[in-house]
Amino acid sequence: MTTSTATGHRLGRPGADLPDPAAIWVRGLAKRFGDVRAVDGVDIDVLSGELFGLLGPNGAGKTTILHLLTGLARPDGGTILIGGIDCSARPGAARRLLGVVPDESNLYPELTGFQNLSFSASLYGMRRKRREVRARELLETFGLAGAGDRKFGGYSKGMKRRLTIAAGMIHEPRILFLDEPTTGIDVASARQIRRLITDLRDAGTTIVLTTHYIEEAQRLCDRVAFIVAGRIVRTDGVARLLHQAGGVHAMEVALSGGAARLGPALVEAFPELRARALADGLLRVEASSPPRVGPLVRFLEDRGAQVTEARRVQPSLEEVFVEVTGIESEALRQEKEKAGGGA
Amino acid sequence: MKVWIAAWSILAKDARTYYLKPPNVSWGLIFPLAWTGMLFLRSAAGVESVAELLPGVMAVAVLFGTTSLLAVVVAFERRGRSFERLLVAPIPLVVLLLAKTGGAILFGLVNAFVPVILAAFLIDLSIVDWPALIGAAALLSASSAFLGLFIAVSVREVFEAQALSNFFRFPMLFLCGLFLPVEQLPAWMRPLSYALPLTYGADLLRGSIGGVNRLPPAASFALLAASCAALFALSLRVVRRRWIA
Repeated sequence: MTTSTATGHRLGRPGADLPDPAAIWVRGLAKRFGDVRAVDGVDIDVLSGELFGLLGPNGAGKTTILHLLTGLARPDGGTILIGGIDCSARPGAARRLLGVVPDESNLYPELTGFQNLSFSASLYGMRRKRREVRARELLETFGLAGAGDRKFGGYSKGMKRRLTIAAGMIHEPRILFLDEPTTGIDVASARQIRRLITDLRDAGTTIVLTTHYIEEAQRLCDRVAFIVAGRIVRTDGVARLLHQAGGVHAMEVALSGGAARLGPALVEAFPELRARALADGLLRVEASSPPRVGPLVRFLEDRGAQVTEARRVQPSLEEVFVEVTGIESEALRQEKEKAGGGA
Repeated sequence: MKVWIAAWSILAKDARTYYLKPPNVSWGLIFPLAWTGMLFLRSAAGVESVAELLPGVMAVAVLFGTTSLLAVVVAFERRGRSFERLLVAPIPLVVLLLAKTGGAILFGLVNAFVPVILAAFLIDLSIVDWPALIGAAALLSASSAFLGLFIAVSVREVFEAQALSNFFRFPMLFLCGLFLPVEQLPAWMRPLSYALPLTYGADLLRGSIGGVNRLPPAASFALLAASCAALFALSLRVVRRRWIA
């Protein structure tokens, strides 16, 4: 593995700029699949105890980065330090610090929930008595105590997801990787999982979360990195990003139809506004100062539209994402629909 | 120590989840029984022929009990992504693959002795050189299991694992000297026969059950051990290059 563009190198050793050894420090991470640069010179710092989100559309490189960080793929270039340990030099020691929850539940269908947890614990060298205690403890925490003796294959999707997360943290890892934790499950289970994730973070576990549900990242993460085509285009705190988005005042206007036609007319009449149709009956209006509702509604109704609702929209991380990455909200919405369930 | 807890756990889990399942146990019993019966009837030489048939039946039981089963188990776990759980755990890859193979080796060894137990009711087994028989069966089981591992890491789908197992197993069965002595095969086929681990395993089994070795036993042991090492090294290389690419 080569080492490149490392701030730490300038300070004398890799990871020297890392504030805490329990965090992740990545510089110049690269991975190609044939001609495709799946990960292209990525730098990541994850601080101890924070919930860090990797956000991007499908195919952006989130899972590949996760595979590189967890040892499931070999980088073509770059340096990865996990808790101050160089992954290329001491992969086993680095892996001991990690818990990995993949995007699909991958426990053994023919084992019970309890057996799955106990087996997962044994992979980290935990002795029988300790792993059994820990398995029971986690079944309780994850609301699965009643299902511990049932085979994993018979669990619902939400239960499978919860047990998979429990298995990922059976050895009390310092850093937990969660790949799309709520994709494809029902809303109630997704909510339960989000609560578990915040509980884990509050208990001091460092969490790296990949998701294409941006609202989920907004709710959960302390900091996020936006990934597009294998590159990180922005890394920042969620609060800071939202503050930045707060500079834009947005309003959504529900009307009887013709949003696509009325948008350009509205902008022509009110040059200080930006408008785009989100759907045939929904118009989004943005301005640098709070727009006045009355003239706007009158303008639309004068042109034959019936306005049924006009409401202020709070700034969202999705808006920042769209602004920074140039990826359209519509494309993100389609992806969410394709994935199903979740947020 | 921690690594060995993990390794033992993988082996025990595989035994419980896959190898000790009723269909596999019955396969381990029925298959050698059917072969014994078939060869016994065909030889028409009475109970005396059992000692002669035993090495072949043991070899078949080992080959069919290990190769396909391990190949299917690993391909199945990889397909369901549960193999990823093992790859992200802090276990050296060598130990991990040995643990996966260990269950199949033990299963093959147990399979090998099912026909021996049955034969004990029919013939006097005082002629058996037990240490040599156990050693030969263990080594043959290991080489068959490592062949299964190599098949598993070379395919993507479970059905491919099954198909490729048969591709190796059946020619091995007919070329290893069990049904037809190697010397009686056409000259161009003999090198192929001597390239197969089963040829040496079957000969060692034959020699340890009162028969005559056609090949030097020490060379057979060495070649079987070498085939185990080569197949394991190849499998390891494939996993490193393709699975953790």
